[in-house]
Amino acid sequence: MIAEATTTTWFYACNVQDVPLNGGVCVKYNDVQIALFHFSRRNEWYATQNECPHRMQMALSRGMIGTLGEEPKVACPFHKKTFSLKTGECLNSDECAIKIYPVKIEDGKVFIGVE
Amino acid sequence: MSTKLKLIGVDVASFGDPFANGEGITSVAINDTNKGVYKRINISADGKTLLGGILVGDAEQYNMLLQTLKNKVVLPPNPEDIILGSRGGEEVAGAGITGLPDDALICSCEAVTKGMICNSVTENNCETVDAIKKCTKAGTGCGGCVPMIKDLVTHTLKANGKIVHNVLCEHFNYSRQELFDLVKINKLKTYDEVLNMFGKGDGCELCKPPVASILASLWNEIILKKGNDTAQDSNDRFLANIQKGGTYSVVPRIPGGEITPDKLIVIGQVAKKYNLYTKITGGQRIDLFGAHLSDLPNIWEELIDAGFESGHAYGKSLRTVKSCVGSTWCRFGLHDSVSFAIKVEERYRGLRSPHKLKGGVSGCIRECAEAQSKDFGIIATEKGWNLYVCGNGGSKPQHALLLATDIDEETCIKYLDRFLMFYVKTADPLTRTATWLNKMEGGIGYLKTVVIDDALGMNTQWEADMANHVDTYECEWKAAIETPELRKRFSHFVNAPEEKDPSAKFEPMREQVKAKDWK
Repeated sequence: MIAEATTTTWFYACNVQDVPLNGGVCVKYNDVQIALFHFSRRNEWYATQNECPHRMQMALSRGMIGTLGEEPKVACPFHKKTFSLKTGECLNSDECAIKIYPVKIEDGKVFIGVE
Repeated sequence: MSTKLKLIGVDVASFGDPFANGEGITSVAINDTNKGVYKRINISADGKTLLGGILVGDAEQYNMLLQTLKNKVVLPPNPEDIILGSRGGEEVAGAGITGLPDDALICSCEAVTKGMICNSVTENNCETVDAIKKCTKAGTGCGGCVPMIKDLVTHTLKANGKIVHNVLCEHFNYSRQELFDLVKINKLKTYDEVLNMFGKGDGCELCKPPVASILASLWNEIILKKGNDTAQDSNDRFLANIQKGGTYSVVPRIPGGEITPDKLIVIGQVAKKYNLYTKITGGQRIDLFGAHLSDLPNIWEELIDAGFESGHAYGKSLRTVKSCVGSTWCRFGLHDSVSFAIKVEERYRGLRSPHKLKGGVSGCIRECAEAQSKDFGIIATEKGWNLYVCGNGGSKPQHALLLATDIDEETCIKYLDRFLMFYVKTADPLTRTATWLNKMEGGIGYLKTVVIDDALGMNTQWEADMANHVDTYECEWKAAIETPELRKRFSHFVNAPEEKDPSAKFEPMREQVKAKDWK
């Protein structure tokens, strides 16, 4: 666990108000695309890979977010495959899980943790 | 043994047991020596199933009768209707999903039939579309059949005696129609207000678009208003249609399909400047594909400067009113179909509805605008216009039905106002007018009493609602490019707005580009 914590690097993504309420944006980190979501209704932030594994499209940041029961999720705009924002697991078909990233907010700034 | 032959120019067919007899078995025969037609069907003792029959001189119904026999479809109360056709009275809606045989292909991507879907409801307790998807794979390809799957699940559950309350999703225990009235009465303006007052939880991709559509239908505010922007389906949120590779297509409105040479040149210049693939659409306009998200506001700025406006190709709203050239040029044309099409398209542009809406206006009965395949079709007659409603193309094509005959322009628009508002108010999400009518008790006969005879007493209200829509319409692309905080949203990277998505790739094809194929 300690090793994990020491390898996490936090990078500054954007300001809180750059992200639409209950919506997402795409953040560029070197050559990596990360989807960042402000689930303002639940006062929660999530980050996942931007690519939907179904058709390899960089689109999850443009998807609608919501919940299935208590599980927060995002629906890909292409074919409405849904993924848990907490675990990355696909919720409505057999697609592989997506990568998730930790998010923290400091002084109105959004930071995403990468390894 | 069932077969169909052509003997010396006479169609002959027999199916099942052509001479069935026995206790209680009855038969219906017609013998028309005038036309040289003989037809006979044999019916089971309980009057419910077809046992067989013979057709001589006219075997057109052979396939339908064979399907009825093979699939043991329950016969109508007057079994002779199946060889005579229904006669007299108003046609009742028997079309649509319930009339299909079990082997009808519902999902053509995964080759799933109606029978397989209904079976998994009955045998495997699949009671939701998601369960059907997991069990049969139906609806997991292009997804075009999902509304039909939903109808089949509902229908089968009902047939099995289960109570089905038609609700939006786990967050709203209301149907779209119930919610429409609740939102209206309580004058709610945002998705969150609606969720707080009538829903539970935090919403999802199933309830957000219909609620956002209801709000837009009722109040006609800019759909990207803060709070409602992220409740819109992705295409509405970015006012464009997402395409393979994550770029977008741009469709300016070209009312009635009429366009000046100058405007054509502008479209060509814009397409060249932004390297867009251009194609004429089925609705007589021009689609420009391959636009990067961050180019959309610039593209629209140039189009709007040249006098274009949003074509709402991304929305569940009025798409086009297709027209033939009509009496201004055509030697057969009875009236000016282009002018009428433009008038109608400009009246209903931007109207948010449960599903997309298409119209057509033809200048004579040759019907070059294919108006009878549209949600509303207007065809010129010697005395005025005939108005057809509730047709569609799509996976289960259906012809529009005649609503009114020989009416003048003013009456036609009045009926259309009422018809469209009735549809907007009462249809389920993602239900085209044809399906809406198929599910309506009383069918077109009832629709006529509502629209023409004001059976519901709603017509004054609906006409006022439509007048309000027309008065408050504004082009949402114009609003988006003129409002800095809206314009800011059209970039791929929040932390590098000037950079385009490097994963969007194109390949050359016939002197243009196409999206790189996905896996």
